[in-house]
Amino acid sequence: MKILVAVKRVPDPNATIKVKPDGTGIVTDNLKYVVNPFCEIAIEEALRIKEKVSGTEVVIVSIGGKVSQEQLRTGLAMGADRAILVIAEQELDSVGVARILEKLVRTENADLVLLGKQAIDDDANQAGQMLAELLGWPQATFASKVELSADQKSATVTREVDGGLEDVSFALPGIVTADLRLNEPRYASLPGIMKARKKELKEIPVADLGIDVTPRLKVLSLASPPKRQAGKVVGSVQELVNLLHTEAKVI
Amino acid sequence: MSNVLVFAEHAHGKFPKTTLVALAAGKDAAAKFGGDCYAALLGKGVEGLAADLAEYGVKKVFVVDDAALEHYVADAYAAALSQLAKDKGTDIVIATATAIGKDLLPRVAIRLDAGMASDITDINADGTILRPMYAGNAIATAKFESQYKVISVRATAFDAAPKSGKAEIEKASVSIDAASRKMKFVSFNEITSNRPVLDEARIVVSGGRGLKSGENFTTVLEPLVDAMGAAMGASRAAVDAGFVPNDLQVGQTGKVVAPELYIAVGISGAIQHLAGMKDSKVIVAINKDAEAPIFQVSDYGLVADLFKAVPELKEEIEKLKH
Ligand SMILES: Cc1cc2nc3c(=O)[nH]c(=O)nc-3n(C[C@H](O)[C@H](O)[C@H](O)COP(=O)(O)OP(=O)(O)OC[C@H]3O[C@@H](n4cnc5c(N)ncnc54)[C@H](O)[C@@H]3O)c2cc1C
Ligand SMILES: Nc1ncnc2c1ncn2[C@@H]1O[C@H](COP(=O)(O)O)[C@@H](O)[C@H]1O
Repeated sequence: MKILVAVKRVPDPNATIKVKPDGTGIVTDNLKYVVNPFCEIAIEEALRIKEKVSGTEVVIVSIGGKVSQEQLRTGLAMGADRAILVIAEQELDSVGVARILEKLVRTENADLVLLGKQAIDDDANQAGQMLAELLGWPQATFASKVELSADQKSATVTREVDGGLEDVSFALPGIVTADLRLNEPRYASLPGIMKARKKELKEIPVADLGIDVTPRLKVLSLASPPKRQAGKVVGSVQELVNLLHTEAKVI
Repeated sequence: MSNVLVFAEHAHGKFPKTTLVALAAGKDAAAKFGGDCYAALLGKGVEGLAADLAEYGVKKVFVVDDAALEHYVADAYAAALSQLAKDKGTDIVIATATAIGKDLLPRVAIRLDAGMASDITDINADGTILRPMYAGNAIATAKFESQYKVISVRATAFDAAPKSGKAEIEKASVSIDAASRKMKFVSFNEITSNRPVLDEARIVVSGGRGLKSGENFTTVLEPLVDAMGAAMGASRAAVDAGFVPNDLQVGQTGKVVAPELYIAVGISGAIQHLAGMKDSKVIVAINKDAEAPIFQVSDYGLVADLFKAVPELKEEIEKLKH
């Protein structure tokens, strides 16, 4: 089977993000970028399926600037077979991303597409669901377990939802978006990193795809959130209860 | 002028607070875009719920009762909701960013050829919206460039809609073709608890890796949670370690809460956790490490061993009640 994984380049989740004073974006000087953590989980899941189902090909795709090569190389080093980078320097919304992915899924003829549930920069949580609708495919978002049938024709997915865990099933092709508990991604090994250098990484300028990717939701500006001030350090439990009762009046 | 359609999520025959938040946001959007606010009730055998929904000040309740909607599944629900929006001329579709809202609305957006804003916290008078990005480190102002607009609302961003008036109820039918019914609901392993749910609680007590085990959640933290009549939450580390179920995770990629009182126990205060609780009215932190970042956002900080402080706190709370 063929599995496509969508991989986004995002700022390191451990980095401190600051908004530029003029509100045009975030401060990117010295900012470290990584594979979106949820996408890393999606790659790992694809690799685990590949390890179980012989003849599986894992293709990773990213949309963004040329710099996203770095994140694709990481995915290749983890074990993906080849990579596609759609070069788009302009700002995209999730509809644009999903349209580009739709085109790639159709040309690649993928059986299963894995995405992260959420990109930790825009925090949109949209692209996988939008892609599913564009393709007319079933979806299982927020996956914590993916099980393929013995003939790889259908999938049963456990989803992290409000109030517990839900199982859904569908015939492939389909879309799965990864949640945190799906797996623990492997690190790229040294031989993996060496091999990755020789793997195919194809670049496609977004214009060549002939898709309208004008954002339907346009970010006009960014602002810093209001800052919370650190309050008091209390000396004892009694003092805490007293203050919550008499000063904060919340108990 | 744009009319608004609010997706009224229901569970166990009731509308949770999150749905009342969507209704409040819907009415706010209708006021700002100069239209009326309608509610959509989807499911099988749900007509009996319509009367309740009609009391929250919407113009009309549309009921789509269809066997294909017995269990929530994204494809069939997206087909139904988008068709209803088209049939009824509502350009704006709103739901709360619950697990279902997040799963459903992006598909609706595609069907309506709409732009979509997720997890919004406010709607400006000019129709632009505010939404957090980068784990809440940036607040974006964004503008729709599409006729149809799809919006998911952060559960803490609006007060629940109050009851007012009695709207007309209209049965509507949609056709959900086989191509939109590829997903099958298999089962729901629901975690039942007598505690208030995170979204609705006045007080939330959350535990982190500092609790060290699921057993300690039960024996140390839960007595405090129950003494305070609170909801229980957790950090990702506690959920990952299997101490507590997944749906208790508070944070950037879990639930966002803003109770009157949030007590973080044995939680360091990573930015991803803060993203889910920093709008709480009063924050208390109990942590043995005086340098833990959680203290930078706490109104009251107690540097202590939680295994000593939490039982003591429970005792003091009980004394206060008598
Ligand atoms: C993509 C991504 C998404 C994420 N999403 C979320 C999210 O939604 N929510 C979330 O919470 N996290 C999230 N995280 C994880 C986050 O970065 C932190 O790793 C996590 O919040 C840490 O949990 P913790 O505070 O319980 O554990 P730790 O950081 O290990 O902190 C434990 C704390 O307990 C204290 N402690 C230990 N023993 C005691 C004791 N006896 N008495 C008192 N204090 C004690 C320690 O001093 C320490 O401060 C995410 C991370 C990533 C990369
Ligand atoms: N620019 C991009 N390139 C590749 N994949 C993307 C891109 N943007 C979003 N995705 C995928 O869609 C998922 C959800 O992103 P979002 O809807 O932006 O929160 C991500 O985890 C990725 O798998």
